[in-house]
Amino acid sequence: MTELDLTLDGRPISARPGQSVGAALTDAGVVAWRTTRRNGRPRGLFCGIGVCFDCLVTVDGVPNQRACLVTARDGMKLETGDE
Amino acid sequence: MSETYDVAVVGAGPAGLAAAVTAAEQGLRVVLVDAGRQPGGQFWRHPDESVPSTDESRGQHQWRRFTGLRDRLRALESRGSVTRIAGHQVWFLEPVAGAGAYALHLTPTVASEKTPGVPALVTAVRLVLCPGGYDRQLPIPGWDLPGVMAAGGVQALLKGHRSLAGKRAVVAGTGPFLFPVAAGLAEAGAKVVAVCEAGSPAGWARTPGGAVAVPSKALEAFEYAAVFARHRIPLRTRTVITRISGADRVESVRLGRLDSGGRLTGLARADLEVDLVATGWGFTPSMELVTALGAATRVDVDQSLVAVVDAWQRTDVDRVWVAGEATGVGGALLAVAEGELAGFAVGRDAGRPVPDGGTRRLQRVIRRGRAFARAMHRAHPIPAGWRDWLEPETTLCRCEEVTVGEVCAARDTLGATDARTVKLLARPGMGWCQGRVCGFAAAALAVPPGRDLTAADLAPMSRRTLAAPISLADLAGDDHG
Ligand SMILES: Cc1cc2nc3c(=O)[nH]c(=O)nc-3n(C[C@H](O)[C@H](O)[C@H](O)COP(=O)(O)OP(=O)(O)OC[C@H]3O[C@@H](n4cnc5c(N)ncnc54)[C@H](O)[C@@H]3O)c2cc1C
Ligand code: FES
Repeated sequence: MTELDLTLDGRPISARPGQSVGAALTDAGVVAWRTTRRNGRPRGLFCGIGVCFDCLVTVDGVPNQRACLVTARDGMKLETGDE
Repeated sequence: MSETYDVAVVGAGPAGLAAAVTAAEQGLRVVLVDAGRQPGGQFWRHPDESVPSTDESRGQHQWRRFTGLRDRLRALESRGSVTRIAGHQVWFLEPVAGAGAYALHLTPTVASEKTPGVPALVTAVRLVLCPGGYDRQLPIPGWDLPGVMAAGGVQALLKGHRSLAGKRAVVAGTGPFLFPVAAGLAEAGAKVVAVCEAGSPAGWARTPGGAVAVPSKALEAFEYAAVFARHRIPLRTRTVITRISGADRVESVRLGRLDSGGRLTGLARADLEVDLVATGWGFTPSMELVTALGAATRVDVDQSLVAVVDAWQRTDVDRVWVAGEATGVGGALLAVAEGELAGFAVGRDAGRPVPDGGTRRLQRVIRRGRAFARAMHRAHPIPAGWRDWLEPETTLCRCEEVTVGEVCAARDTLGATDARTVKLLARPGMGWCQGRVCGFAAAALAVPPGRDLTAADLAPMSRRTLAAPISLADLAGDDHG
């Protein structure tokens, strides 16, 4: 099965078809892609099922998407941020 | 507006799937709404069905039960008896005045994954709510570091995406769910350095008939024992994580020992080096839809707020039934039985002849399952000493970064004596997740030590204005789709 090519702040990340963005980042060894507003702490996946909102990421310019729920697509541009 | 369905089922997990197919097979027109894109819920989460795979069932239990339900669902869908709306959340529920029906307001779970043709609103005469739940969490110093995950989330990554959340893991908290998570990690290639269970095995011995009453559970336990032996996974009972350390991700954990009363008695001499902490303390049912309708609730043996239902899964609100974790955390097979019974119950309500023997059998299965769940909860309580290892600067609310100290100050110096006041003063549970993650711990911290939690303590933390985050367009006009 062919891999999908995504980027995180321009850096290439690959994903298997059907995987979530959060799973692809996990496979790439990325554990954090957001910093918190109050204390600037790093955050990534926590609940894994769309409940906690720790994993927010900007996807193709749309902010505050839950990485654990968004399906990876070829060419997707992910950006870290400080939601 | 489109047709009014005979039944709307919310949730396509074990309970909702069973409810939807059972109701539809009796000739009722069913709409089945689920936030996920595929049926299965949490227990039967599996890889994307649109991608060909030869090992769909890897890591699953009772998989044939699932494929049986899925086959029936597909057949009913193709006949037009069930309309399945996947990838959509119900963000608001209300009775339609004078119409004898309920309106369910829908929004795509992922904004960019809109399905063409899905309405913003569906109506149904009857409701079967099967919203399941999520891992229950307690704060631990350092639990906001990346690499700390809910045990269920680790499982979801494995089952749904074949992703391994870490290479050296510790699995900790309480409850039988820690076993499949540890086994899943080890089978996928991670080194599980310890499973820390706060309870003690003696807990089961005190409740005769618990585990043995449900044969499939004994079998599962046997399977896990084999996996644990094969991968040399150490099980440490009466053990908790008291601190998680790392610079910008998890690097190590400190373990503590509990006495038989659940109080901390000592710390391990050396920390364990890990890159993944999978943690959970049982589950918290999703109660926002149940409470939005004003249905009666109670506090279950595990201190979760759950819906009150009768012997037919019916709530005290007209034409509303609840099945699965929202009536009490009890596992997937109990959820299936409750869903099936609810399916028959709505059929009966609609005047369909209902098989007496079949429903009596289901009621027996449910009674047995509930007895098992009570024994399980008693053996795996939240340890009495869970506050012992907290520090004032420990994060309680991960969203708003409210600390344990701030919540205790609201209680002790500002005089708040209940969760609602603490929530107003210190604002835990007011962020993105609306208290889903910290709600239980915040409610428990808010009450004076030693007092048991009541429904009035838990309700403010499980009530949500909106059941899901929605766009302004949804709020303004309901006319996307
Ligand atoms: C992350 C996670 C992983 C788990 N993994 C396992 C496991 O591997 N083994 C095990 O024995 N137990 C597991 N459990 C426990 C498991 O939840 C139950 O045993 C079982 O799935 C309960 O079935 P259910 O039908 O009540 O709920 P669920 O399976 O949780 O299904 C509920 C469904 O309702 C949907 N839903 C909820 N609210 C809404 C809404 N407002 N709008 C639309 N849809 C909604 C959810 O998306 C979900 O698909 C897990 C629990 C969690 C939280
Ligand atoms: S990890 Fe919790 S919402 Fe995505």
